[in-house]
Amino acid sequence: MELVVFVLAAAMVLVGALGVILRSNPVHAALSLVLTLFGIAVMFVAQEAHFLAAVQVIVYAGAIVVLFLFVIMLLGVDRSEDIRIEPFKVQRPLAAIVGLGVIGLVAASIVASRDAIGGGSGSLDTPTSTGNGDSNIRQIAESVFGDYVVAFEVTSILLVVAVVGTVMLTRRVKSGKDKS
Amino acid sequence: MLDVIWLVPALPLAGFLLILLFGRRLGEPKAGILAASMVGGAFLVTVGAFFDLLSKSTEERHHVETVFSWMPIGSLKVDLAFLADPLSITMALFVTGIGTLIHLYAIGYMHGDPKFSKFFLYLNLFVFSMLMLVLGENLLVTFLGWEGVGTCSYFLISFWHTRESAATAGKKAFVTNRVGDWGVMMGMFLAFGAAGTLSYEGINHAAESGAISGVTATAIALMLFVGACGKSAQLPLYVWLPDAMEGPTPVSALIHAATMVTAGVFLMTRVNPVLAVAYDWAPTIIAIVGVATALFAATIAVAQNDIKKVLAYSTVSQLGFMFLAVGSGAYIAAIFHMVTHAFFKALLFLGSGPVIHGMHHEQDMRKMGALRVLMPITAFTFIIGWLAIAGVPPFAGFWSKDEILLYAFAKSPILYAVGMLTALLTAYYMTRQVIMVFFGEARWNDHSEEHGAHGDFKPHESPAIMLLPLVVLAGLSVVGGALQLPFTKDLHFLEKWLEPVVEFGEADIHESWAYQNKYVLLGVAVIVALAGIAASIAVYAKKKLPAVEPALLANGWQYDSSIARFMGGPGRRAFEGVAWADRTIVDGAVNGVGQVVGATGQIARRAQTGAVRAYAAAIGLAVVGLLVWFFLRGVVL
Amino acid sequence: MSLLATASPTSTWYLLLAAVLFGIGAVGVLVRRNPLVMFMCIELMLNAVNLSFVALAKRLGDIGGQTTVFFVMVVAAAEVVVGLGIIVSIMRKRPGATADDITALKG
Repeated sequence: MELVVFVLAAAMVLVGALGVILRSNPVHAALSLVLTLFGIAVMFVAQEAHFLAAVQVIVYAGAIVVLFLFVIMLLGVDRSEDIRIEPFKVQRPLAAIVGLGVIGLVAASIVASRDAIGGGSGSLDTPTSTGNGDSNIRQIAESVFGDYVVAFEVTSILLVVAVVGTVMLTRRVKSGKDKS
Repeated sequence: MLDVIWLVPALPLAGFLLILLFGRRLGEPKAGILAASMVGGAFLVTVGAFFDLLSKSTEERHHVETVFSWMPIGSLKVDLAFLADPLSITMALFVTGIGTLIHLYAIGYMHGDPKFSKFFLYLNLFVFSMLMLVLGENLLVTFLGWEGVGTCSYFLISFWHTRESAATAGKKAFVTNRVGDWGVMMGMFLAFGAAGTLSYEGINHAAESGAISGVTATAIALMLFVGACGKSAQLPLYVWLPDAMEGPTPVSALIHAATMVTAGVFLMTRVNPVLAVAYDWAPTIIAIVGVATALFAATIAVAQNDIKKVLAYSTVSQLGFMFLAVGSGAYIAAIFHMVTHAFFKALLFLGSGPVIHGMHHEQDMRKMGALRVLMPITAFTFIIGWLAIAGVPPFAGFWSKDEILLYAFAKSPILYAVGMLTALLTAYYMTRQVIMVFFGEARWNDHSEEHGAHGDFKPHESPAIMLLPLVVLAGLSVVGGALQLPFTKDLHFLEKWLEPVVEFGEADIHESWAYQNKYVLLGVAVIVALAGIAASIAVYAKKKLPAVEPALLANGWQYDSSIARFMGGPGRRAFEGVAWADRTIVDGAVNGVGQVVGATGQIARRAQTGAVRAYAAAIGLAVVGLLVWFFLRGVVL
Repeated sequence: MSLLATASPTSTWYLLLAAVLFGIGAVGVLVRRNPLVMFMCIELMLNAVNLSFVALAKRLGDIGGQTTVFFVMVVAAAEVVVGLGIIVSIMRKRPGATADDITALKG
């Protein structure tokens, strides 16, 4: 059963990813991205990271991609770029080298070290530092607000900074000149 | 007294500092008295040290007083230390003794000069430097003094610096000395390399024990000799000494007769073991240079008309005799002649001072004459100095010169012959000087109007403070010969005193023909001296023979003008070539590096396309490269 | 078919998938010229990393992996906000610009 889930989810992820990089219309690319993100969320559930799956759908697919689409509409960049021509002749071969190199080497290292990384395929239901058999969300909560509370606070500040910064970046000043 | 030997240079240094701070306030004559008493105090301490040293046995006469550790750098350990042994105490005695006398003389001579205290400032600094030179325990302390006396010589020669010729003479002296200083430095480096130390004890010990090879010893000796040529005015670096007469007469007496110019002879004597283990031709070269200089300078002196220039060339000539002695292995004779020469040359210079003063700064001897009537004491002491330098017994110069010629004959009869010829000329030109200045008719009346004579132009005798040193030096010139009379071994005081210092290098001539027949040679010397005097009297007093004063000799064999022509012509072209090389090659190389960097930058610039995707591609490639590298290093596998 | 049904996906499979996704994202960043699409490809890469974190958290039994993913998502959100703001500012000035047209850094 898990195998079927894995295969389906993997298919979603890969098809979506290829769609992102191959579709010339940006709106199509954004929708392909949604497919990928959804597939990732399914995989999170399969790995018993329930909370993260929910967050993935809500934040990534629900907010970030929507933001992308808003910007596309706002700026009217939905006109397709011609994907057939490439001004830097060397770019595509280089991209092929980079892609194949990264995939190949990382895959090779993963395969080579699968015994070296400790623990077999342990289950997150086994007792962890957070206590016996707590639900996933409880475990994450105790980790975030316990060990990583400082990081939590700092990221909150980061969010505020990001919002303020973006508003500053993109406002139009009344005199007609914008502060870009 | 030996443990306070450091007082000997310290007292003149204190004098220098006091006059530096308070000179203007002290004024005349207190600055002079302070300076003279400092040097006098140093003399007394030296006398005390002398008696201390005498009371020790011959082997123990070697006292080192270390003031502080100066440069402990790795294997180089140089201390500021003083060595009190027979040689250094002898030098210190006559430096401080004659120095005191000349300080007293200068108080009278510089009377009325606006820079009175400055003069004594420099004089004290000079005495300090000279004492550092002679009392130094190692080559570096000596070099400190060596440079110091060169600097003070510059200050004092150009003392009346508003006069262009004086300023130029000072510069000439300094630059010529510098050429010699290069030699001393090279010698020091070689000595350190060979012996691992700069102290005389270490170097001489290494030489005596054979640790220094013949090649190295020759190199060290010749390099130091180059320095000695500069400081002691030998060929080819003598040119500064005649010009140095621009300085006040006490300066000429102290520095250029008695003390600084003897530094070269002192240095060679100090390292006599090194010279002894050098190849045989090294001392021969020194002897040849010495005797050649002696003859050369004597020929020039015959045709000079300036009273001080005659004495200057005479000094060069007598220094040549001292180097002849050094080259012949006669160190004791060299020191003996140094001491007697100090007495009579200082006397002659100090005697010429009042003559010049009385003649209202007229130095041309052709305008003098018959001065003995008006300056009797000056004339009397000058005559004693004349007899001493001419080599007439029983005055001091005879004994010392004869000793040198004895050793010269033992080395080579040719050296002896040239030396004898020089002695003849010495007697000749000194007699000429005495006759022109003190005898004959008074020629100064003819020219008195030229000097703005006020009323009665009459040369006069000097005040007592200037006469006292003259009398003392005259007395010493008479009896100085007693230091080393050649008659019996018992009278060889100087030899017994200096023996521990020079025994390794002193030549042994007891078997030579010269030594067996020394009384014959003694007689020859007397005859030659009297012949020179007689010839001179015949030419200048009796006017029986014509005077031989060719222009070539008067111009110093065109030596100075040749150097000027060479430096101005080929020399200048060479300098300009070097400057061109510097501009084009050195600067060009530096600029070239800059240009290469710029060009490389221009090439590298092409990678900065500004296109984001190109940069992204580069990052991607680098990541792949890193992964490959990790893979190969087996981090993952 | 029955054989395949019994094989269970181990965390290695997830890691491999994450590697492939990462590679696809990298290629996309290099090849596409539209700034927004390039950004989306970067999001792909981030997701690949998230996936590998979660896979390893499951394998090692450490909840810290999932916490990391939580923070990554937060930061990714902030980054997207700022990045899109920048893109908006640039695109306003020059409508229709692509990544190749922004060459102010040319040296």
